[in-house]
Amino acid sequence: MSWYTIDTWIVIVGVLCAISCALPGCYLLLRQMSMMGDAISHAVLPGLAIAFMVTGSRSSIGMFIGAAVVGVLTAVFTQWISSWGKVDRGASMGIVFTTLFALGLLLIVQAADHVDLDPGCVLYGAIEMTPLDVFTSFTVAGVAIDIPRAAIVLLGVLLLNLIIILAFFKELKIAAFDPELATSLGINAQWMHYLLMTLVAITTVAAFEAVGSIIVIAMLIVPAAIAYLLTDRLWVMLVISAVFAALSAVLGHVSAIGLPHLFGMESTTTSGMMAVVLGVFFIIVWLVSPRQGLLRRQIFGKTVASKEDLMHE
Amino acid sequence: MQANLENRPIATHEASYPLAIHDLTVAYSRKPVIWDIDLDIPEGKLVGVIGPNGAGKSTLLKACLDLVPKASGDVRIYGQIYRKNRNLVGYVPQRESVDWDFPISALDVVTMGLYGNIGWLKPVRSQHKAIALDALDRVGVAQLADRQISQLSGGQQQRVFIARALAQQAQLYFMDEPFAAVDAATERAVVELLQDLRNQGKTCVVVHHDLSTVTQYFDWVILLNMRVVAAGPTQTVFTQENLHKTYGGKLTLLVEASEALKNLGK
Amino acid sequence: MIPALGNFITEWAGWPEALDVLLLQNYNTRLVVLSTTLLGIASGIIGSFLLLRKRSLMGDALSHACLPGIGLAFIILVAFGGEGKYLPGLLLGALVTGLLGVGMVIAVRNTTRLKDDAAMGVVLSVFFGLGIAIMGLLQKMPGASAAGLEHFIYGKAASMVLSDFGFILTITVIVIAVSMLFLKEFVLLCFDDSFAATSGWSVTLLDMILLLLVAAITVVGLQAVGLILIIAFLITPAAAARFWTDDLRGMLVWAGILGGLSGWIGASVSALLPNLPAGSLIVLVGSGLFLFSMIFGNARGILKRYWKHLKLKRKVGRQHLLRSVFEIIEAELRGESREPVNMAVSVDRLQKHRTWTPKRLHHLIKAASKEDHIESFDAHTLRLSEAGFGEAARTTRNHRLWELYLISYADIAPSHVDRDADSVEHILNPDMVRELEARLLQKESSLAIPRSPHQIEEKGVTP
Repeated sequence: MSWYTIDTWIVIVGVLCAISCALPGCYLLLRQMSMMGDAISHAVLPGLAIAFMVTGSRSSIGMFIGAAVVGVLTAVFTQWISSWGKVDRGASMGIVFTTLFALGLLLIVQAADHVDLDPGCVLYGAIEMTPLDVFTSFTVAGVAIDIPRAAIVLLGVLLLNLIIILAFFKELKIAAFDPELATSLGINAQWMHYLLMTLVAITTVAAFEAVGSIIVIAMLIVPAAIAYLLTDRLWVMLVISAVFAALSAVLGHVSAIGLPHLFGMESTTTSGMMAVVLGVFFIIVWLVSPRQGLLRRQIFGKTVASKEDLMHE
Repeated sequence: MQANLENRPIATHEASYPLAIHDLTVAYSRKPVIWDIDLDIPEGKLVGVIGPNGAGKSTLLKACLDLVPKASGDVRIYGQIYRKNRNLVGYVPQRESVDWDFPISALDVVTMGLYGNIGWLKPVRSQHKAIALDALDRVGVAQLADRQISQLSGGQQQRVFIARALAQQAQLYFMDEPFAAVDAATERAVVELLQDLRNQGKTCVVVHHDLSTVTQYFDWVILLNMRVVAAGPTQTVFTQENLHKTYGGKLTLLVEASEALKNLGK
Repeated sequence: MIPALGNFITEWAGWPEALDVLLLQNYNTRLVVLSTTLLGIASGIIGSFLLLRKRSLMGDALSHACLPGIGLAFIILVAFGGEGKYLPGLLLGALVTGLLGVGMVIAVRNTTRLKDDAAMGVVLSVFFGLGIAIMGLLQKMPGASAAGLEHFIYGKAASMVLSDFGFILTITVIVIAVSMLFLKEFVLLCFDDSFAATSGWSVTLLDMILLLLVAAITVVGLQAVGLILIIAFLITPAAAARFWTDDLRGMLVWAGILGGLSGWIGASVSALLPNLPAGSLIVLVGSGLFLFSMIFGNARGILKRYWKHLKLKRKVGRQHLLRSVFEIIEAELRGESREPVNMAVSVDRLQKHRTWTPKRLHHLIKAASKEDHIESFDAHTLRLSEAGFGEAARTTRNHRLWELYLISYADIAPSHVDRDADSVEHILNPDMVRELEARLLQKESSLAIPRSPHQIEEKGVTP
């Protein structure tokens, strides 16, 4: 296994991507809307595809707007189908996102001749390719540094997520915990809901190039789930999820280019391995978590804390 | 069943009791919901389970029916564990526990009471439908047999649920708040039905909310607030003092006022 | 602006060709169309149970969890010197990891404080990631061509051959047969699992049987529809079926039909436009059928429910109008100790009797005269027709029967009766009326109109 500058950039992009996803993911998890993350990440595809077709480029701000609109529409359509059609929420979500994904796929396949986008990348991205698309380069102490566009975009989205979460920390918290209470306190829980959906959609779009639209679900949900098993405090949960997210990006890429050699094979997909590393972390925490872990349960009996504990800070 | 059963010097728990609860504790999460319940319920009684919200009334029923795991203790139905004697037990869950949009008719719901007897993979036959229709007739909604259940009123839905338990042809009935949010006519019909069952020697354990009707409806009450505050015949157990112990400060002025009014009337 | 659209037109083979495909006349596409139709029928049926059990998205976790199984099965098959792309072997691998994934969802949910949704999200994405990593390895694996495995992700219906069809036929027939065999048990499980548990059924076992059937359908559907979109096959026809019927057996039939239709039409279209992914087309046809059902379904469709609501509103309005006229006549003639007879009443007084706006009242009078309930009316007076007066008397009688019934049987204070009675009288059926008459008017003639139990409030009228 050999390490190049390009590998460093892959890891940086991966870390930025994983942390950007983990933060809104915590709120999705607490609001018991993890599958909404799944739905939105599938559903932004037609938005992306149309934006590709219209602008012919991957880097327009219009692409973000388009995909974010489709992401929020997913939430809205789901709401309509479940309230007008009296269909179970999970099922409405399933109908909406499969429809949108199918539509997006159709558009992408149709446009394949015109736009440089491969259906495979839709699923798991092409993080290995991101360093090739250079945004800007400069020279420091005689060493040329090429900053990939993906790194800049993801850094921007990460900052956006951080700013919004810090600015609306208590509003988001109370809206996640008890929407009705929030409304009675004068916080529009509906707006908080759509704000979160928009964040998820924007993050998904930004992460799309690196990890595709399915692996991104792992980035959204798994770090949050790990952190939820380890702490009862919301801000600690955000920090822990970010740490595990970052670790998964580093170890994911290392194992993607390193592990296969042990079996006499070449490398494998980094994004896939990031999800696998997260899965391994999850299983370890599941087993040995000091408060929630299976092992502790075997010894001390049940100790399941409730969601309320997280709010008592 | 359990090793420590013999060492405990408590209620006789004779096999003749329809329901004998011994030292029952149930815990969700970290804290116990009901704790050290020890009860014998005599046959042929209409038993009200009374207590404030969160007192563990539903949990007590669910633990008796093996629906929630017991942290400790033991429940006997006519001297046997639940699994062995479940043919003798009928159950009416809370009305909100199911989805009333479900695409089935009232008759289908009542027929479910017979599925246990019909057994695996055997189809429902016309004699089963006849039994179910008869049960619907007993609760006065036979004319609604073919209605889809969402087209029934709240009271009618509750009657259908009770008809399902009747179709089980049990000796011991557990009912979880059968009077919650039903019209007064349904309440009256259901009470008459329960008294009917009692007169046939059957036992009904009913979670109940409305303190003002307790003395009117029940022969026996269990006052519950995590532990059994008091249990026994209504006239001896359902006292101001016991109610205060059960509800603490939560016993509202309204209830006291209604009690006072009732005493005036006597 | 969107050049891609041109492709649809240039690829289109023409209507005769389309008809051949749809009618299974075309040998090349017959198998594919038949297979997806069969799959649609079976997944519609089994998906109905999944939907009613409120576990629709479990199918999504399951299908994504199939991917590593396909890769692992391929590795094992190659390692034992077999043909790597032996379909039943690959699908067996998919089944194993799919079920493992579902098992893990249940285990995580039961042993941690994570809820269903998070458990599904974790399993779905991690298993999928694992699958992608394994696929990544296989592409560079020496001595074995793994090309084609990725078809399981998006589906490639056109690659099906006769033996695949036989396989699909067998599995779908088994799945349909087993779910019919367990019809009673599944209904109980889906409607009320705690009641099922108390009457001696093992909920866990029933859930496992149901999920096994779902897994079987998912796995055989992978090839045609792909693992990302197979969930639509399970959810959409079932959800659409619910709009057409209120009966579970009916729902199973409808779901089978709608699922079969989406498979049939979707695969046919994809046969005509071979560059487009079949899975997507099938899903979009299904979504179209869903949308149609949601709007036009004759049991719970939006239009139907809106229509019902409108009808009820009209009926309530008509009854209020007629009853008000009757009550005004009654009040006027009571002074003369006469039984009510049909006579003209003042519109002004009518309007004050209830809190109607002039516009609403005018609308109600218009509607009533269309039904021949009104003989004549102008700006100041209104006179009912004979039919209208009879209807008014009947409506008033029903209303008062209810009031009496509620008073005598429900211990409701008479002052509260009017409002309650207003809301229920409109759903009285003739049987109920007869029952009330029998119970309350044993001694009176059934045609008599019982007096109102409370003094009718004459708003704004001086006696």
